[in-house]
Amino acid sequence: MKSLLDQEFSDSNIVVTKAEDLLNWARLSSVWQLGFGLACCAIEMMATSASHYDFDRFGVIPRATPRQADAIIISGTVTLKMATRIKRLYEQMPDPKYIISMGSCSNSGGPYWQHGYSVLKGIDRVIPVDVYVPGCPPRPEALLEGLLKLQEKIRNESLVKKTA
Amino acid sequence: MKTREEIFNILKQEFPEDVLELLNQPTEPIIVASPGAIHNICFYLRDTEGLQFDSLMVLSGVDDANGEKQTEEDGSVTINGGTLSVYYHLESLSLTQKVTLKVSTPRDNPEVESVESVWKSANWHEREAYDMFGIKFLHHPDLRRILMPYDWDAGYPLRKDYKNPEFYQGMKVPY
Repeated sequence: MKSLLDQEFSDSNIVVTKAEDLLNWARLSSVWQLGFGLACCAIEMMATSASHYDFDRFGVIPRATPRQADAIIISGTVTLKMATRIKRLYEQMPDPKYIISMGSCSNSGGPYWQHGYSVLKGIDRVIPVDVYVPGCPPRPEALLEGLLKLQEKIRNESLVKKTA
Repeated sequence: MKTREEIFNILKQEFPEDVLELLNQPTEPIIVASPGAIHNICFYLRDTEGLQFDSLMVLSGVDDANGEKQTEEDGSVTINGGTLSVYYHLESLSLTQKVTLKVSTPRDNPEVESVESVWKSANWHEREAYDMFGIKFLHHPDLRRILMPYDWDAGYPLRKDYKNPEFYQGMKVPY
């Protein structure tokens, strides 16, 4: 065996990058979502998590507590009663935190926009939304597209300039 | 198995004051009773041989909207007077017979005796009727809102003259 000084160090696995890019890459590759579903959109969200669409390949894992979550997917009709709870969950999440609004109900009240006396007409009245996914409910492909949009947004974040 | 007419006649004999009439609807005949005695009638329906209505399938509130309608400046409608109703759909699982009861109560002070002591399933149904229509069920063990928030003070949403509030806890409600 060669001594230490005689060995070659050509394949040394060193990558040069910016701290910002490294952080952003780490964040966008492990968007842990809060395990939280509301209505029929939640069924599609669960289908997206399951083996066929496999949310996990993008690093999305459901977490059981808001304190370990990076993102929350508002998947369904938000009632006024639920809105107060969602606000509390959102406030319990550590920064940086992201919100995907999934489906017509969460975007704007959906079919309940006029006569839904108990429905909040858009979750953005309570918490700031990063990505809106249209559909009623959106197919898993649409939710995946929404996640890719969110990843794009995270990729372009700056440590010095506040973007969101 | 008894027909609605037979059941009505039995009840009329037992409660001549409180069983009022048999409404012949195109769908099904409905027995109209007085709201102050509905729990006694229901106990009788449950415990009498040959009736044995052991199951309350559904209890629902209805706004009859038969009062005086008044159109406000903004186009909304206010209803004064008239009645609210409660419908009881009963089934006897052992005798496979069904019956429908109805009580009407004045809209300004809607009070109906609770049938929670007869069928436990009435508990949440009555809470829902209270939540949506403001019908007070007397002697209910836990009469509070079941669907709307506990601090909802804008009224009862399924009444025909209901007006949604502008804000709830700082959140804008209309579109």
